[in-house]
Amino acid sequence: MISDLLRIEGLRVYYYTRDGVVMAVDNVDLFMKKGETIGLVGESGSGKSTLGRAILRLVPPPGRIISGKIVFDGLNLTELSEEEMRKIRGKRISMVFQDPMTSLDPLMKIGDHIVETIMAHETLTREEAEEKAIKLLEQVGIRSERFMDYPHQFSGGMRQRVGIALALALNPDLVIADEPTSSLDVIVQFQILDLMKELKNLYGMGMILITHDISIIPGIADKVALMYAGQLVEFADAKSFFNEPLHPYGKALLESIPNIQHSDQKLKYIPGNPPDLINPPKGCRFSPRCPYATEKCREEEPPTIMVGRHRLVKCFQY
Amino acid sequence: MANLTAPKMITSMLSKISPRRGVEGLFIIVGLAIILTFIFMAIFAPVLAPYDPNKTRVGGLYESPNPKFPMGTDRLGRDILSRIIWGSRTVLIVTFLSMALSSACGVTLGLISGYVGGKFDTALSLFMDSLYAFPGLILAIALAVMLGQGIMPVTVSLTVVYVPIYFRMIRSEVLSMKESLFVEAARAIGAKGRTLIFKYIFPNVIPSIPIVLSLNAADAVLTLAALSFLGLGLPAHIPDWGFDLRMGYGALTAKIWWPGTFPGLMIVLLTLGFSLFGEGLAEILNPKLSGR
Repeated sequence: MISDLLRIEGLRVYYYTRDGVVMAVDNVDLFMKKGETIGLVGESGSGKSTLGRAILRLVPPPGRIISGKIVFDGLNLTELSEEEMRKIRGKRISMVFQDPMTSLDPLMKIGDHIVETIMAHETLTREEAEEKAIKLLEQVGIRSERFMDYPHQFSGGMRQRVGIALALALNPDLVIADEPTSSLDVIVQFQILDLMKELKNLYGMGMILITHDISIIPGIADKVALMYAGQLVEFADAKSFFNEPLHPYGKALLESIPNIQHSDQKLKYIPGNPPDLINPPKGCRFSPRCPYATEKCREEEPPTIMVGRHRLVKCFQY
Repeated sequence: MANLTAPKMITSMLSKISPRRGVEGLFIIVGLAIILTFIFMAIFAPVLAPYDPNKTRVGGLYESPNPKFPMGTDRLGRDILSRIIWGSRTVLIVTFLSMALSSACGVTLGLISGYVGGKFDTALSLFMDSLYAFPGLILAIALAVMLGQGIMPVTVSLTVVYVPIYFRMIRSEVLSMKESLFVEAARAIGAKGRTLIFKYIFPNVIPSIPIVLSLNAADAVLTLAALSFLGLGLPAHIPDWGFDLRMGYGALTAKIWWPGTFPGLMIVLLTLGFSLFGEGLAEILNPKLSGR
């Protein structure tokens, strides 16, 4: 357990809105080893982005981390001062954002973005930082003559490459990629995912890949963490998850991926809507949509059970 | 806003400034021409002015405009043209100085207040709003009475009047900018607060400053004229349009029109210059303002 890069225990992040308290992340446990990639999957509003941001302590107000521990390489991030946390951001844990169109400063040159990142943490001269930035850009496939260009001169895919270069600028131990490909078209999506895979092998950092698109997980993630309504419902290595998902939500999700080999089949979907996180359903939060739900599921919250050696599932069936 | 970037903006601005681009391009050119003429006058006042502006009896008393005194002389026999030329120096010094000071103070405070937020922001905003609640002229009069006469006191009282305008504008922009993804992204790479404010947020709020600057300059010219019209602004030895207007106004009943008309005309012209320039700039930089 000591070799864990990141260990999240009992994390709760609530948003205090006017309509009530939104329990966006509710009692989540998660652990990852150095160099591992976790695919954090869930539908919109399941708390996956909030969880990602909570690791960097960047939950936007009115959100707050209520309780729980985020232990990163032996440091409890929830107890650090703002200045200590700033030193970790970008340097040891960094983030790739969903929308590369708006996550770059429109008035800052591409190269300066990276130079600023480097200079925020390292005492280099500007020339050294620029040299490093050029190398980084070339690594993500951007020619050095575009160093002085502005973000609007780049396409979405190119900007996301810049976003990746920014996240990798200081060789962090952990990269949180929040839907890095969701705003790109399919072909560019695969280019970006390939690039991320390639760079991950090169740098050996750990990665949390947040996505609502479960189909991009195989091939890039070692583990899958499945979130539903603010809770982690299944945590398993990717292979076993795709072979045999344990949680009914995971099963339903995999069944709803279109399969071109059986085009005569009707596309399956999960009936109902994700629950309201201000008043979540009693008992298991998936029970109103679960085909296997029993009376007990509707009354009591299921415990998180260890199945096999490394799989966790939050369901009464096991 | 996020998609409007500096290089794009400048090129589109330049392409729009040509007179063919219609009325707002014309506004800018005419406004700029007026402002530059006055600046030229102010700089070369010692060369351009035919007489010493304070020297009495260079001609007769109340001489009507004639080839020797194109704008006539006033009740002390001073040359009105020379007083107007030297007066442009006074008005431009006060206007530009107070604009520089008020924008520097207002923008900096707005940036910090908007970024820091919390109680500091609430307190500062409340203070600025209470300043803003006063009509500008009333506030300027009160301050000028308190601070006394002279270029600096007048400049300071005008500065105080305009600081809240910059503060409010910049603060509101920072509030929305603070939530934008690129600021969050900068925070996620561990940028310091100071870096965030001055390297990421500040460049993005700059485009809204020149418009307000120019429109405020127009207002400042009027306020300064009003102060010296009331005898509150500048001591008598500094030539000033507002003061001359007051003096000329007294002679109007005797059908002596020139001592009041020319200073008044200058005030109108310079105000018009700044307004035209500001409006034209607003049209071009910010299409949303065009309804104003």
